[in-house]
Parts: sequence; C-alpha cells; structure tokens
Amino acid sequence: MKILVPIKRVPDPTQKVKIKDGHIDLTGAPWIVNTFDEYAVETALRLLENGETGARIGGEIVVVSIGPEDAAKEIRTCLAMGADRAIHVVARDEDIDSLIVVKVLQSIVAAEKPDLVVMGKQAVDGDANQVGQMLAGKLGWPQATFAASIQCGTPSAGGHTDKAGFVVGREVDGGVEYKRVPTPAVITVDLRIVGAHAIQNGTTPASFAYSGEGARLPSLKGIMAAKKKPMAAGKLGDYGVDGKTPPSIREVGVTLPPARPAGQLVADIPTLVKKLAEEAKVL
Amino acid sequence: MGNVLALCEFSGSTVRTSALANLAFARAAAAAHGGEVIAVLLGAGAGAAGGAAAKYAPKVVVVDDGKLDHYLAETFAPIVARLAKEHGATVVSATATALGKDLVPRVAALLDAGMASDIAKLDGATKFVRPILAGNAYSTVEVTTPIICVTVRQSEFEPAAELAGAGSVTTAPAGEIDALGAVFDHIDAQKSDRPELTDAKIVVSGGRGMKNGENFKVLEQLADLLGAAMGASRAATDAGMVPADWQVGQTGKIVAPNLYFAVAISGAIQHLAGMKGSKTIVAINKNKDEPIFQVADYGVVMEWEKAIPELVAEIKKLKASR
Repeated sequence: MKILVPIKRVPDPTQKVKIKDGHIDLTGAPWIVNTFDEYAVETALRLLENGETGARIGGEIVVVSIGPEDAAKEIRTCLAMGADRAIHVVARDEDIDSLIVVKVLQSIVAAEKPDLVVMGKQAVDGDANQVGQMLAGKLGWPQATFAASIQCGTPSAGGHTDKAGFVVGREVDGGVEYKRVPTPAVITVDLRIVGAHAIQNGTTPASFAYSGEGARLPSLKGIMAAKKKPMAAGKLGDYGVDGKTPPSIREVGVTLPPARPAGQLVADIPTLVKKLAEEAKVL
Repeated sequence: MGNVLALCEFSGSTVRTSALANLAFARAAAAAHGGEVIAVLLGAGAGAAGGAAAKYAPKVVVVDDGKLDHYLAETFAPIVARLAKEHGATVVSATATALGKDLVPRVAALLDAGMASDIAKLDGATKFVRPILAGNAYSTVEVTTPIICVTVRQSEFEPAAELAGAGSVTTAPAGEIDALGAVFDHIDAQKSDRPELTDAKIVVSGGRGMKNGENFKVLEQLADLLGAAMGASRAATDAGMVPADWQVGQTGKIVAPNLYFAVAISGAIQHLAGMKGSKTIVAINKNKDEPIFQVADYGVVMEWEKAIPELVAEIKKLKASR
C-alpha cells in the first residue's frame, strides 16, 4: 500500500501571538510539524508496520509539503519518523490557499497514484479544516474525516473481507460513526488516532498496545537515515499552478480578541452561589 | 446579486437548534448579497421538517430520497453543489457541526469556491471574521470567488427568529446518487437526556483532576440539578474517563453558555479555545496557580471533592428559597 501524507509546518502554538502591521508577526517564530499532520505520519507508519516487532510490512510512505524553503526542516522530521521519501513544493505562504494546495496535491496524486492519502484534519494555525475534503471532492474519491480509528479490511457481501478497504471510526456530534471506504480514499485524522489500539492493520496483533502518548519521536538512527532519504523539490508551476490565479482567499487583517475582565477569587461555596445568583444573575 | 443556500440540519419534523445559527447568518448574507435565503433540507424523511424550516426561510428546498438515509459527504456534496447553481447562490453555508465541517469543503471543491471556515462574523458581502490559532486571534478574510462557501460557528450567532409569514416549500430530485463505494456502517451514539453541549445554557466540565470516570458522577449531579450539559477537557477524554464527544476545546466542541463550570481543569490553551466565549466562567481547582483562574469570572481554590457536594447543597437551598 502506498500512502501519501501531506504535511504543513505551523508556528509553535504554545508561543504567545504577536501582531505587527495588522498581521501575525512570525519573525523568529519556532516552527513545528502541524500536530495533526504528525499524527497522520504516525498513522501511515502504524498502517504499514508490525507494531510489536517494529518491522515494516512493505508499502511506501511519501510525505509532501507545500511551503517555503525553510519547511524542508519539518519535512526531514517526518522522514526521521520513518516516512520513505518526500516531495517539497516550494511556495510562499501568501501565494497559496486551500484550493491551490489541493490543485498541487491533485497533480501529485495523479503522478504517484497512492492507495491512500492520510492527513491531519486541520492545521492548528489557520484552523480551517478544508484541504482533505476538498482534495477528495476534486479527485472524486471517498473521504473519511476526523478519524479516531482505522481498521484495515472491510466486511463485504458474501461474508468475506475486502482487504483493500478501511473501516474508519469518525468523531461526530453525539458519538462515533463507523464508515467503510474502499481504496483509493482520503482519510483525515483526529487526535485519538494515536490511541493504543486505534489502528488495526491485520498484522500488528490486536492485543498490542501503542504507548498512546502521541506520535513517535524520531530516533537518532532515524535522524541519520533521514539525511539520505530522497526529497524532490519543485515549484508551483511544476504542478499545474500557473501563478496567474491569485489565491481565492486573502487575509485583510488580524486582531487579538478582547481580554476578559479580571475575575475574582471567592472564599467559599456559599459566597460563590450568592454571587452567581445576585451579581452575575446566572442561577 | 445572489442568493444564499443555507444547509439546514433537521431531526424528525424539527429543525436542529444548530441550524438556526446558520439561518441567522444566511439572512445577514442575503441582505448583503441582495438575494434571498434558500434553506436546503437533505436526506430520507427531510420532507417532514420542510414546514418547520419554512418558519425561518422564505424559500425551502427539500430533497427527500430513501437512498439518502444516512449522511455521506460523497452523496450530499454533489446535490448541494447542483442546487447552488440552479438557485443562483453566491453563498453556500452550513453550521460548523461535524456534518457541516465534513460536507462544505467538498462542496467548495465541486464549485471551485473559496471557503471561510468556522466564521464568527460577516463583514460586508465578501469579508468574514474567523478565529485562528485556537481562538487567540481573529482574522478578517476576503473571499474573491464568484461563489463563497462558509461554515458558521454556532456560538457566535444568535439563533434566527421565526419570520412573520411562513416561506414556500418545494421539492427537488436527488438525481443520480453515487456513494463512490463509501458505506455508512453504524454509529455508537452517546445517549443522554441532557441538553446538547453546544446548545446548553449551562455546562459543567471536568478535567484531569477528576482522576477517573466514576468521579464524574459527582459532576453529573450538579449538571442534572441545573439542567446543564456535561463537558470535559481533552486530558479527561483522552484518559478515557468520559466519552470523547464531551470534549470542549479547539479540537472538540466550541461552547458559549451563560454559565460554564470548569472543575479540576488546568486551563490549557486548547481547552480555553473552546469555552472562552462563555458569559460567566466559574473555576474550581485546588491549585491557585492554574491558568484557568486567569479567564474565570469567579474562582474557588478548593478540592472538587469538597466543593461540588457543597455547591449542590447550596444550589438546592437557593432553589428551595425561591
């Protein structure tokens, strides 16, 4: 199984937001792989390994990122985690939007012919949650968004299992929805995809428990190996984006939310209830 | 000049509360675009809710087909995209529910439409204000495509009020339905008599400090006394103490009730992003240095084991005195 994992680098979300000239000031910002995308790389690895022995069971994981030159660092991080090779489409952030990213990915999918595209459900900077669904729509592929679990192989008519499909547990309002999708498909992952038993690939014993602590950290060996892994570099123009169509969405400006007025500590519960009833009038 | 195609989720013969936020947005957008609101109800049995939707929109289009018995983005998106073209829509919108978030970007792709996700405000006809960076900043974006797709953050829009006169209801065919091999298998629903987390006037949330799921029963007593919904921090849902769909936060539900209780919750950015819009926030935590106290209107430094039973007793007393 060949898996394509689109990733995005984002400014470290634990840093305080600064504004300069009406936009987010990213000068000197530390960058990381978008957490959801890191989980997507982890998902791809878990789909293609025996979790108990750590041995790969074939397949290929191709990481792709569309972003500035510097993003090569975050792409290498994904290779160090265990992805096999990478494609870096160099572009300035202001020249791209979801539709342009999707166009590039569409062209990469056409060339690479993956069985599965796995990506984070959203990037934690823009919080847009669009690209996976848009890509599936453009490709005419089925989609399974907000995945909290993936089971390889889907039961099909006649009682046998269709090995090529997936049963995806999706986080929806009011519960978990189980959706069956054949390949090729687009899956976007939610946080719980890194749970101890969230991914069942038919090779890793069902009893095996991953740590459940998130994505794996690159090992020293992985970091060394990543330096030699192939990373193809291209430009938007190489992927059917002529540069004449401006992004369909433009940021006019950014503001900080108003600070909440300072609260008060109250000494005991009777005082709290009195204040909630008489001052805030919410009880 | 263009109309606003507003997706309307329904349940039986009623329109979901979440849909009223989208209808409120749609009215403002229709005024800015010089067009009309066209509410769309899709799915098997959608016809039953047509009348309910017509109380809020001058035009309602119902696509009621037995083959649409379970929502699938693959089957719904082409229908919405087709209706958008047929009805001269310049805006296609839905509330940012799990369904709306799954569906609308796929519709946008089919229409080559730029999309503004999870918006908090409409600014003119083509500009939208939306939270970014876990709600730590608000970005104003302008969408320049002929059709604009939008999802609407429920907590930022007052539910639409009923119109003076009911609108018209028409039906449209589903057309050819192709799920592209996708199949709805089943849903593990969390059944509860409590209000929906995103609709509730009061929310009681617990965090890591609750230690285990059994302890949440104490919070549930408080919630049931107040007619509140139950919520939780990611730490609590990740630890499996409570169901995942109780999670309030950047990656969970966004809530803005009148009263929010954060009990044994430290107040990570992730969680604050989901509840900062609450009118009154109460924090109960034994550690006075937790960041939750910085956003709380009222803080009590106390162990929940002591605080919650006392709170239940005091509120019962208050209720009895009225």
